Amino acid sequence: MTTELKDHVGEENAHLESVTVDDEPTSGVTGGNDPLDGLCARAPIGLLAELTHRCPLQCGYCSNPIELERVNKELTTEQWVSVMEQAGEMGILQVHLSGGEPTARKDLEEIVAAASRSGLYSNLITAAVTLKRERLEKLKELGLDHVQISFQDVDAENAERIGGYPGATAKKLEAANWVTDMGLPLTINAPIHRQNIHNVGRYIDMAVELGAQRLEIAHVQYYGWAYLNRAMLMPTYEQTMQTVDVVEAARERLKGILTIDMVVPDYYAKRPKPCMGGWAKGFMNVTPAGKALPCHAAESIPQLTFDNVADRPLLDIWLHGEAFNAFRGTDWMKEPCRSCAFKEIDWGGCRCQAMAITGDPTNTDPACALSPYHGEMAAMAREESRRPLKPYVYRNPKNAAEALKPKQEEPELTPAE
Amino acid sequence: MAETNRPGRLIVESGTKPYLPPYLKLRHDKGRDRWILLAPERILTPDKIAVEVLQLCDGASSVEDISKTLADQYSAPVEVIRKDVIELLQDLADKGFLKSF
Repeated sequence: MTTELKDHVGEENAHLESVTVDDEPTSGVTGGNDPLDGLCARAPIGLLAELTHRCPLQCGYCSNPIELERVNKELTTEQWVSVMEQAGEMGILQVHLSGGEPTARKDLEEIVAAASRSGLYSNLITAAVTLKRERLEKLKELGLDHVQISFQDVDAENAERIGGYPGATAKKLEAANWVTDMGLPLTINAPIHRQNIHNVGRYIDMAVELGAQRLEIAHVQYYGWAYLNRAMLMPTYEQTMQTVDVVEAARERLKGILTIDMVVPDYYAKRPKPCMGGWAKGFMNVTPAGKALPCHAAESIPQLTFDNVADRPLLDIWLHGEAFNAFRGTDWMKEPCRSCAFKEIDWGGCRCQAMAITGDPTNTDPACALSPYHGEMAAMAREESRRPLKPYVYRNPKNAAEALKPKQEEPELTPAE
Repeated sequence: MAETNRPGRLIVESGTKPYLPPYLKLRHDKGRDRWILLAPERILTPDKIAVEVLQLCDGASSVEDISKTLADQYSAPVEVIRKDVIELLQDLADKGFLKSF
C-alpha cells in the first residue's frame, strides 16, 4: 500500500515542491545528544498505522503477511494514542489508518482524535462495507482529514467475487457518497490485477462520477498473501502497458478534476521503484501488535528483528532500531547497486522483493534490468500471466491455516551467468 | 458542502476569488522550521512567496486584489506579480487543491 505514496507527484512549480521523503532535519529528532549522521537526523513524514488485521473481506491479493496478528495481541487504545502523540512530536506529518479494516477497532474515534491533537493529517483507509454514516460524521468532527475507499472492481458481481463479500459494492458506493456529502476528500483505491485490469478506464469514470479527488490505480504488489496467488493476479505485459496509456490520457483530460496516482507492476519494469522512497528514509509502519517496521512487508525478511512500540519509544526505534538501520542509506549495497549512478535515486529498489525472488535481501531488486535475476523474473511473469485463470485462494482463516503448514519449498530462481 | 464535486477544471484568471478547500492544511512545521501544505497523500512545501499568496486566498479577494497587495508590499510591477500568482494558483488548481467563488 505505502509504495503507492511516492509515485507521480506531477509537475513541479517553482514555488511549491512536493515532499516524498524528508530532506530536512527536524528538531524533534535533533533534540537528543546523539552524534547524528545526516540520515538519522531526519524524521519520517509518514506513518502507516495498521490498527488491526481483522477484515470483513477475503481478497486474494492482500499484501499482509500470511500469518496475521491476533486480536488479543493488538495494541490498546492508550498505546495507539501514545504512538500518535509520539509521531506528532518527532515530526511525522501524515498518518494512514489502515489494517485490515481500521473501523473494526471500536476505539478508532479516540485514535483519530489523538492524531488530530498531535497535528497529524489523518487518512482513513477503509473497505467501507461496515462503516455507518453516524460514525463517519463523528470521525470527521474529531478531525479526520481524508478517506480512502477500495473498490475490488467496477462491476459489482466481479468485485464481490474478488473480495468474497456479497453486497459490498452498494455499501461502498453509499459510503463514498457520504464522504463527499460531508465535504471530506475522497480517494478511490483500485487494486488492479488480471481479473479487473480491463476496467481501468471505467474506474476513472467512476471516480469522477463519485466526486473523488484522487484515484489510485494500484497494480497489486506481490507480497504476503498476494505472493501465493501471483499467477492468478499477474496481468500480461500488453494489458499492463495499455493501462499506462489509458491513465496518461486521463490525467491530461482530468487535470484539476481528478488526480490519478499509478503504481505499475514492476515485474515488467526496467528500473526498480524507489521502494518506500528508500528504506527507513521517510516512512514507518506499526503493526496491530505494535511491531515497528520500515515497510509494510518487512517481516518477510527473516534476518530482521523488530522492536515493539510497547517497549521502546518510536523515535528511538526510528533512529537506532536494528531493522531500520539494516538497509538505510547505501552502505549495505552490493554490486551492481554499489557503483550504480542511480543508487540514491531508486535505493536499490525493494528489499522484500529481492528476498522473495532471489532469497537474499541485499541483492539488487530483480525489477532492475541490471539484476542477474531480471530476465527470469520477467519471463516468469509473462508465463504466469498467460496461464489459464483458476480460482484464487481467498484470504480467510481456514486457507491461512492450510498455507502455514510446512511444505516443500519452491525451487528458487537461478541468476543468469 | 459540495467542494469535492467539481464540474470541471478551474481556470485561474484575474477575477477568480480563490480559496483553499477545508481539507488542505497550510501549517508551520515547527520541527523543520518551514511551511507545509498538507493534502491527501501529498505534502507540499510552499516557499515564502507561495505562503504569502496562499494566506491571501480567502475566497473574498480576487487574484487581482491579491496581486495588488503583493505588488504594493514588494514595490514590484503588478503585471509581473499577477503572472506569477496565476501560474502558482493554476498549478494548485490542476492538482485539485484550489477552489474558487
